Amino acid sequence: MADKKGWGLGSKLRGMFARSFVINEDTWDDLEATLLAADFGPDVTDELIDAVKASVAKIPPTDDDDFVRLLREVLEERLSRFDTTLKLQDRPAVVLVVGVNGVGKTTTIGKLAKFITTAGRSVVLGAADTFRAAAVDQLATWAERAGVQIVRPQQEGQDPSSVAFQTVEFAIAQSIDVAIVDTAGRLQTKSGLMDELSKIRRVIEKQSPIAEVLLVLDATTGQNGLVQAEAFLEHAGVTGLVLTKLDGSAKGGFVLAVQERTGIPVKLVGSGESIADLSGFSPVAFAAALVE
Amino acid sequence: MATFGNLSSRLTDALKSLRGKGKLTEADVDGTLREIRRAMLDADVSLTVVKSFQSAVRERALSDDVNKALNPAQQVVQIVNDELVTILGGQQRRIEFAKKPPTVIMLAGLQGSGKTTLAGKLAKWLAKEKHTPLLVACDLQRPNAVTQLEVIAGNAGVAIFAPEPGNGKGNPVKVAKDSLKYATDKLYDVVIIDTAGRLGVDAELMKEASDIRKATSPDEVFFVIDAMIGQDAVATAEAFQQGVDFTGVVLTKLDGDARGGAALSVVSATERPIMFASTGESLDDFEPFYPDRMASRILDLGDILTLIEQAQQTFDADEQAKVAQKIATETFTLEDFLEQMQQLKNMGSLKKMMGMLPGSGQMKAQLDNFDESEITRTEAIIRSMTPAERRNSRLLNGSRRLRIAQGSGVTVTDVNSLVNRFDQAAKMMKTVAKGKVPQIPGMGPIPGGIGGSRPKATKKKTSRSGNPAKRAAENAAISQGGQGGSGAGFGLGAATGAVDGGAGGVGDLSAEELADMQKLLGGR
Repeated sequence: MADKKGWGLGSKLRGMFARSFVINEDTWDDLEATLLAADFGPDVTDELIDAVKASVAKIPPTDDDDFVRLLREVLEERLSRFDTTLKLQDRPAVVLVVGVNGVGKTTTIGKLAKFITTAGRSVVLGAADTFRAAAVDQLATWAERAGVQIVRPQQEGQDPSSVAFQTVEFAIAQSIDVAIVDTAGRLQTKSGLMDELSKIRRVIEKQSPIAEVLLVLDATTGQNGLVQAEAFLEHAGVTGLVLTKLDGSAKGGFVLAVQERTGIPVKLVGSGESIADLSGFSPVAFAAALVE
Repeated sequence: MATFGNLSSRLTDALKSLRGKGKLTEADVDGTLREIRRAMLDADVSLTVVKSFQSAVRERALSDDVNKALNPAQQVVQIVNDELVTILGGQQRRIEFAKKPPTVIMLAGLQGSGKTTLAGKLAKWLAKEKHTPLLVACDLQRPNAVTQLEVIAGNAGVAIFAPEPGNGKGNPVKVAKDSLKYATDKLYDVVIIDTAGRLGVDAELMKEASDIRKATSPDEVFFVIDAMIGQDAVATAEAFQQGVDFTGVVLTKLDGDARGGAALSVVSATERPIMFASTGESLDDFEPFYPDRMASRILDLGDILTLIEQAQQTFDADEQAKVAQKIATETFTLEDFLEQMQQLKNMGSLKKMMGMLPGSGQMKAQLDNFDESEITRTEAIIRSMTPAERRNSRLLNGSRRLRIAQGSGVTVTDVNSLVNRFDQAAKMMKTVAKGKVPQIPGMGPIPGGIGGSRPKATKKKTSRSGNPAKRAAENAAISQGGQGGSGAGFGLGAATGAVDGGAGGVGDLSAEELADMQKLLGGR
């Protein structure tokens, strides 16, 4: 991956103190600019600055490293208020993956399948994205790479709910541990498509409770991420977030607002196109990546 | 859409203090700009762009060159809007086709920005414009991107060049190069190259994109960007500008509810025009980019701004005062009525105007049912009268009415009903002008079975002859309260909805907000 130096918050912050270490109005302006640039959004940015100001008042930092550490602690504290563990205890554990178009749902599923098989569990994928051209083939390619089975629709344009149903049925019949169901990307403004999600949910629940509903969010997204999360929470009962494309220059700061506003924790992060580029969400690592 | 209430009410609050002052002071402007800055940041406009935008607006708002026709609140809104449109639309242009075909169009962008779908839409659009496009599958990275493009080409009914299976195999630069020869041989006049998604920070893939550009020397390179993108838009756009030096921008997923502030950032940072907008999943959901629509979307004010502008262009305050005076003294004549109507027509198509108002999506069917030509016919009837008749409708006896009917190509019944309704309206307006029954509720006492939609619609306009901008707000109220399913609903039924404080409406605006909005728009 390319050299990412110079994109980070920390380097910008350190740049602020290039000459000497004095905290003044400019410091806060620069901090505001860097936080906004990381997509935290105006409201959260104000809160974060207030929190840092409060910390600075308590224990005045002595140098720029100290200041950056302070900021990191504030971020960590706010990010780690939620339980980020993926709950896959049910057998089969059904995972439904949802999100808007082009955020990386199918890629995430491929990586997640690999992630779970590495832990020694069996996985089946359900290709319930019957809408987009060649989405099924794309998922099949990932299934092959991860070495897992896939349930395909039996005919072109089959109802996604029925594919989801068959996937769970297959998982039960073959005693497969985890069933991951892919869905078509949909914008949260399309109420018909959002209702379709509710239906997929209902149909799956006829056979087995749903262990996780993962909403995939693209790190490049701005403040619309919050609206997306709220809409998908309402229609699909989202239980966890996956933040993708963190290998780019975008920081995905909006997830903080999403976590706090909806109470849904970030559970996984994707950071590349290769099959191993998926990891559990760690508030400490995420905060560190934001400020470094 | 719930956000509508938020920003407009915040702006209304911020602008409230500006009402009643002739000229803007620095403090006024700064207060308003703070709200606008927040709104822009919420809309994902990048901070640097917000800052330069603010200073531009500030400078203009404080200069002497302000429009006397508007009150200070309106002035600021208008300046903000003007600046937005200027930035968004400053570089507008059409696709430049090569003198010697094939014209080569290359698409580049981040993963998941919608390049492949867009390639299909662009091809279909070009085919409709009598071109023969060829899609070229150069995304050999993402699993089955080639298959996807093949399916899309099939759906769009256009040709595809996909010699490599993809999934990591094959050289995209070679495919791109070969496609040109293929297109020349088979006489395709536009080549659309779909490339793999890549990150701005990925130097290796960026080099590959730049190699494709060098190998094909495209006439247009479109940077495809998702309307939902956040602050990273600037860094990404700059990286792509360095990498492939794109010539235009295409904004996708505009059918979502993201405000799309990134559009502003990208245009400001790269000085490249936004050429097209992609607005849905069907291959036909593709249109040229409209800077004015985008401007309103970013600040989420519906197109009330546009209404302000139109009102301000068309209406003359003196004229309004004269009319009010006439109404009050019962000298309101058919001539004045005609004048009013002409002003209204100048404001542009009624349908278009109502369609612009926020929350009027559901009204669309009703708007389509409303026949605008009714206004034209009413106008024709009045124009067929002599000046004396226009001034005094009592002159109109049977034979005059027959003459008028023949002159304007309608029946005597039509003339009769117009005259009746005019008389009633004039009477009612007098009441209104005296302040007995305010505005639209004045419609209440009129008997329900008043007949066809024509005179009702026109008469309603007259009854609300006060301040033009206020009328705009009232129109908003009507569209919010939209009831009834026909053209007639546009008249009485809708008005009732508005009286209820928009209770039957979409719920975007509460009664209070509406009142505030009216005050803001009409307040002087």
